[in-house]
Amino acid sequence: MEHIVIIGNGISGVTAARHIRKNSDKKITIVSAETDYFFSRTALMYVYMGHMKFEHTQPYENWFWKKNRIELKKGYVTSIDSNNKSLNFAEGDTLSYDKLIIATGSKPNKFGWPGQDLDGVMGMYHKQDLDNLEKYAPNKNVCKRAVIVGGGLIGIELAEMLHSRHIPVTFLVRENSFWNGVLPEGESAMINREILRSNIDLRLGVNLKEIKGDANGKATSIVIAETGEEIQCDVVGLTAGVSPNVDFLKDSDIEIGRGVKVNRFLETNVKEVYAIGDCAEQHEAIGSRRPIEAVWYTGRMMGETVAQTICGNKIEYKPGHWFNSAKFIDIEYQTYGWVWAQAKENESRFYWEHKDGTKCIHINYDKNTRTFIGINTFGIRMRHQFFDKILTEKRSVEHVLEHLADANFDPEFYKLYEQEIVAKFNQENGTNIQLKKKSWKRIFA
Amino acid sequence: MHKPISTTDTMKAIQNIGLVFFLIGLAIFTGSLFTGSFSLTEQEVASFIESKGYKSDIIKEKLTEAVVTDEHLNIFQFSSRVRAAYQASNDHYDALIAKYDAEKNWDKKGEQFQYKIYGKSHTLSYEVAKKAGSGFVKENAGLLWWLTFGLAIVGALLFILPNIVLLGKEGIKNNGIYHESSTNRGWIAWLVLVYLVTFYLVLYFMPDYAVNWTYILDPISKTLNGGEASQWFVYGFLYCVIMIVMAARMYIKYRHNKYQVIRTTSVLFFQIVFAFLIPEIMASLNMPGYDFKNAFPLDYDFFFEWNLDSLRDSGAIGLFILVWGIVLTLIIVPVMVYFFGKRWYCSWVCGCGGLAETLGDPYRQHSSKKLVSWKLERWLIHSVLVFSLFMTIVTLYCYFTGTESFLGIKSQWIKDTYSFLIGAWFAGVIGTGFYPIFGNRVWCRFGCPLAAYLGLVQRFKSRFRITTNGGQCISCGNCSTYCEQGIDVRAYAQKGENIIRSSCVGCGICSAVCPRGVLKLENGPEAGRINPTEILLGNDVDLMALVNQNDAK
Repeated sequence: MEHIVIIGNGISGVTAARHIRKNSDKKITIVSAETDYFFSRTALMYVYMGHMKFEHTQPYENWFWKKNRIELKKGYVTSIDSNNKSLNFAEGDTLSYDKLIIATGSKPNKFGWPGQDLDGVMGMYHKQDLDNLEKYAPNKNVCKRAVIVGGGLIGIELAEMLHSRHIPVTFLVRENSFWNGVLPEGESAMINREILRSNIDLRLGVNLKEIKGDANGKATSIVIAETGEEIQCDVVGLTAGVSPNVDFLKDSDIEIGRGVKVNRFLETNVKEVYAIGDCAEQHEAIGSRRPIEAVWYTGRMMGETVAQTICGNKIEYKPGHWFNSAKFIDIEYQTYGWVWAQAKENESRFYWEHKDGTKCIHINYDKNTRTFIGINTFGIRMRHQFFDKILTEKRSVEHVLEHLADANFDPEFYKLYEQEIVAKFNQENGTNIQLKKKSWKRIFA
Repeated sequence: MHKPISTTDTMKAIQNIGLVFFLIGLAIFTGSLFTGSFSLTEQEVASFIESKGYKSDIIKEKLTEAVVTDEHLNIFQFSSRVRAAYQASNDHYDALIAKYDAEKNWDKKGEQFQYKIYGKSHTLSYEVAKKAGSGFVKENAGLLWWLTFGLAIVGALLFILPNIVLLGKEGIKNNGIYHESSTNRGWIAWLVLVYLVTFYLVLYFMPDYAVNWTYILDPISKTLNGGEASQWFVYGFLYCVIMIVMAARMYIKYRHNKYQVIRTTSVLFFQIVFAFLIPEIMASLNMPGYDFKNAFPLDYDFFFEWNLDSLRDSGAIGLFILVWGIVLTLIIVPVMVYFFGKRWYCSWVCGCGGLAETLGDPYRQHSSKKLVSWKLERWLIHSVLVFSLFMTIVTLYCYFTGTESFLGIKSQWIKDTYSFLIGAWFAGVIGTGFYPIFGNRVWCRFGCPLAAYLGLVQRFKSRFRITTNGGQCISCGNCSTYCEQGIDVRAYAQKGENIIRSSCVGCGICSAVCPRGVLKLENGPEAGRINPTEILLGNDVDLMALVNQNDAK
């Protein structure tokens, strides 16, 4: 029986395993050094905040794996011997495979800051980071202040986490507005305000110079590069992005760049070795997507795809239209299609913001053809299926606005803003778009 | 930018004061049971016995012996004496029955049964006690109301209202739920469980012990319906008060979520007006007190002999209630479920649901999401449904034929068994008593026959579903954790499937706690409502077609 070994029990690896099991009788082993069972990394924050227990982050009950004949091995892979098709473990043992899927995910970036390995300095990515945070920041007495370095999604989540335990937070962001490499100005400013509204000490346009520690090797303060200001703290969160977790492959025959290099079939340069998820790097970017995408659902889709290939339906990885979502403290964010931080030459923008400053939509479209390119929506939920279809059918911005009521996905009885939005668009563009009433027929067409 | 620390501290101080007030109120409320003195004069015993129409020759003697006394009897001593008196009377006639039986003197034996006094001993004792009490509580009902209900309400509100400030900005604030003893199955939760279970045991099985509570509410009862308060009046009043206070908590916690605000208002309205006020007003007008929203088979005694007789004797209104009750169950309930899902009843109208969604909300995360729990749920709830229907068939058969049993099952026995096991233990003692440990919907999920019936309609013929928003789910598990019905919502959402489950009561919390805007409760066309998929939206369409096609093979 063919033995499929998957390194990594995250969403990519587990999805691959589930789909291989669905489609075949192969022997499957999932290897992980992090946890015994698959858990949802995105939910670690809720464990610290007390919304959930760790067990709630596990999407499958513990009996699931045995019942589906998916073997779980706890161990840390130090190297791969692809000639002998074998894995070497830090624990000293080995495991042989017929086909190998590398799904090792990411690791937090560290940019060689002095003091970056002191106690109390951590990322927020692994289960171990959560344990560490619980150790060094259990409450505001033990942790009198925390400093977070790096203004991305994980950074703001970590800020929210610490804030939930009333721990004062200083948030160092390199850019002069939060996440403005991704978000356009209006949205970025909205999130700045949201951070400040939560009494988080947001410092824009600053970099970390160093982390200072005491004689016991425990972090005690940080110094800001630009101002030289020293800030006393007990915990330093390093959240300046993530990069593929592929160091263990350096001496193998498997080609790596920033991540494991794969083609569209998710194959590496070595036969019968595949890579999926955060750690995979496409030789060439797919559409406007980045060659490495550390996003939950792309990991899942690669898992779905590679399972097909391994089970004999050789299939290209073809992610559909870009979408994503996040929650910035209390403001939910969804995006469908592309809305770049800066408009491209052929693009025109429409921005509407609610007067309370916590809801907005930003539509990007082609100014010549009027084709809809993408939407950012903050504080208003929208239907994925609606925009997926719009993008596939290359509909115009006017069409989108006319049918905006079909797109709304907020809970029932929520106030609707479509009239206001369409009125603003009409006013700015001299158009006369009439908002159509929500139609189930169109939604499910 | 910084809020002055003192605001937070002030609010916390107010909360602590509130907590103290609440606990004092609760302590006085509980302690009041142990107060007062219970006795009757000879004359009072005589008139009581006459009013009850007891034929026993010795009950008068026994009761007089027991309760005509200068001794200071508390309710527990009083209750045990009264129960012994009834027991002695019944024992006397049982002995005679046995004697005549042995003598084969059937006429004499048959005569004796009329002297026996039927009824649950604590209920008989309650009736005597209600007339026998005196003391501070009874004589100062108004003051006691303020010291118990008043203090507890004010205290609870002082505890709840500062959350407008303390919870911070509007939004989902479940911070610390799994760090607190009260909401993480700690010792506080267990204490609450013990208190609630004891409360229900007293209410259902030892109402005489709670007679002091009825004194506190006598003035209010008299104002509302002209009569004195019973233990059921106490329960109904308490139920409303708790729901109002805990609804204030819901309004604050979910003030950003209009669905929750409207839904909470709805359950509150139906409890206060339909379950409490209308029946009380009807009673004051000499009509049968009826809760017009309480549908059979949740209202399991609707077809009991005594109810049918009472309705028959109540003229036009009785007939109306009879017709309404049948129409409600057979037509209104399923039609509404078709259009809106069972939520229209379970989390918008129902009293059990109302308590679960207010008092029970802090415990919603404790429902088990295990597969075995789901299996147990399906067996149990449908068994109760079958049990309730079978009981009703037996009852109705016996009612119309005038027989005592059907298929060898005694009508009285099956009614008593159901009332005891399902009505009292399952719905009350377990259903509410277990909130702090097993979640707020134990009864609704595992036991309610009406929920089972609604669930079947919802599963197979309804426009309601929880739509999953394409591929946006990140499997975080907030939805499953906070599902009070123990549905593993995530299991569907992460596969891109809509959630169509018979047990879903449409409380909307899964949608509220979702950080990615993945879930939406909605009523739409039946086509495409159930959408099993293997590959989620976002992955290439060809692949979707291929895999779905493979599945179809």
